[in-house]
Amino acid sequence: MSEAFEILFQASFWVAAIRIATPLLFGTLGALLGERAGVLNLGIEGIFVAGAMTGWLAVYLGAPLWWGVAAAAAAGALMGLLHAFLTVTLALSQHVAGLGITLLATAGSHFVYRVAFPTLTQPPRIEPFAPVGWAWLEGIPLLGPVLAQQTPLTFLAIATALFLAFLLARTPLGLAIRAVGDDPAAVEAQGLSVAGLRYGCVVAGSALMAVGGAFLTMSAFNAFFFGMVSGRGWICIALVVFASWRPLKALAGALLFGAFDAWQVRLQTLAGAFLPSQLFLMVPYLLSIAALLLAARRADYPRALMKPWRRGER
Amino acid sequence: MIRLEPRTAPPAWLALAAPIGALAAALALSTAILAAIGIAPGPALRLLLEGAAGSPFALAETATRATPLVLTGLAAAIAFRARFWNIGAEGQLYLGAMAAVAVGAGALEGPAWLLVPLVLLAGALAGAVGVLLPALGKVKAGADEVVTTLLLNFVIALFVQMMLEGPMKDPMGLGWPQSPPLLDEAMLPRLVERQRLHAGLLLGLGLAILLQLVVSRTVFGLGVRAVGHNPRAAAYAGLPVARTTLLVAMLSGALAGLAGAAEVAGLKGYLTADLSPGYGYAGIVVAMLAGLSPLAVVPAAFLVAAVFVGADTMGRTLGISSYFADLVVALALLFVLVGGLFARYRLRLGRAAA
Repeated sequence: MSEAFEILFQASFWVAAIRIATPLLFGTLGALLGERAGVLNLGIEGIFVAGAMTGWLAVYLGAPLWWGVAAAAAAGALMGLLHAFLTVTLALSQHVAGLGITLLATAGSHFVYRVAFPTLTQPPRIEPFAPVGWAWLEGIPLLGPVLAQQTPLTFLAIATALFLAFLLARTPLGLAIRAVGDDPAAVEAQGLSVAGLRYGCVVAGSALMAVGGAFLTMSAFNAFFFGMVSGRGWICIALVVFASWRPLKALAGALLFGAFDAWQVRLQTLAGAFLPSQLFLMVPYLLSIAALLLAARRADYPRALMKPWRRGER
Repeated sequence: MIRLEPRTAPPAWLALAAPIGALAAALALSTAILAAIGIAPGPALRLLLEGAAGSPFALAETATRATPLVLTGLAAAIAFRARFWNIGAEGQLYLGAMAAVAVGAGALEGPAWLLVPLVLLAGALAGAVGVLLPALGKVKAGADEVVTTLLLNFVIALFVQMMLEGPMKDPMGLGWPQSPPLLDEAMLPRLVERQRLHAGLLLGLGLAILLQLVVSRTVFGLGVRAVGHNPRAAAYAGLPVARTTLLVAMLSGALAGLAGAAEVAGLKGYLTADLSPGYGYAGIVVAMLAGLSPLAVVPAAFLVAAVFVGADTMGRTLGISSYFADLVVALALLFVLVGGLFARYRLRLGRAAA
């Protein structure tokens, strides 16, 4: 049994934990940004797929890696624009619109992939992001070698978390975003545009989600597979509640989750002989459900979350 | 400037026109995409239509495909009416299918009149149990049921794989991960000689009629609508909101479980991990196309099934991926959502009257 805990002291374990946490962090931050402005985006699962497909395809067709990331972000932003149009302008159900976006983005990505590669069974590969391997970073004891093994996108994710924490807590724009998720009428009375703020947050948040998807095909793996997102988007939606809509807590939550998932993978090799592998694979989903059930009771939801707002209507 | 103005009474024709218009718009947009990649829309659409309804065989195939969609569509419609967003029909369907195998593959023996109802009942029960955790989570802890039901789909999918590679694996299955077959006495009868169409369709039709009566003619149905419309007002009026939500959730799960049991006992005869090509998710689209009305779920399920069956034929002939059907269905959901807006609001040009 002690072996199960010795894992926790291996550098390779923490390298894996941070790698698993990265797409979740992008997705959680993206969902968090929209929800802070009052819009739940259940398009996340499909936007992950679209980002994974678009970023990878762009690089496969010859774009530099960072242009692939930009292409993924653009695809996500486009989906976000559609979601914002449906939920902000038309004030439709955020639940159903989001699920529609997920179905559309997933089917669209799969369709485009099959049009581009009609008969391939082996997915074509790209040269993904390499670990940064900065020498100065490796010099830092304990943390340094683990971080130096990560790709640039991981650092982008962490930077985004810090930036969003600063933006939301310390800037007038952040205040406006938080206000529009709590009391849009008050924001309107201040002469700010409710729709503008919500559009901005949903579009930017969706771009982040798509970059999380792109991490899967351009950093964690080097190809696009059907079903590779497998619920990561939904896990992010649970993590947002778990993180009480705070970017730094999202960082901690994603890391905790990544650690559990990496641990589960290593336990599989230890205990896989006498327990079915599926039991271990269930862990991330069960963990998310548990986190949501525990956090939901004391959750302090943005008060206008999921409430459409029309000028002059209550 | 364009404004939206609430309608006091939505016209009846719109309830019919909205879903058909949505599907037509989705088909139009999707064939435009086909045209963009160099496939002539005319012949493509004709193939789709022929594949879905061009022959008695095609019609029977569409009806066969519509059968689980009627049941998952009803599951979504009844739950969404009470604003219980059960997106877990896919998982509940598999639970129902597993229960059908557990009961019907030799554990019990008996005549068909006993075994068939037992198999269906087991499926319904398993589906209802599958939604218990998300329903209690919503009622007791306020946990968003969308996320919990969605996440459970992945847990259940893994559970099915585990069972099919372990305790539920057919020893005679040549190593394939599939369950042992149901006894002949546990199988639903076929409706047409030498076709795959089975009595599950009649079950779906009967339940659609029954649920229509329940939602429109009973106190429970009124409670469901009240809870969906405004839970706080419903609680204020003395309605048992939590109990109604729980009951509706379990009813929804039971319907999805029945879909799985009927697929196994009516069509496949055994369980594999690819029993459902997303019937649970497509059921959401069916319910939305039907405007959450149980009776309208039946034509909506046939329309969606026709898209799937027709796109299969079209895809085989023209070499287009079957994901085309998913694309059409996803677009239809978004179009019907927007279409529903026009049923509730009127578009006005010009400035608001002061």
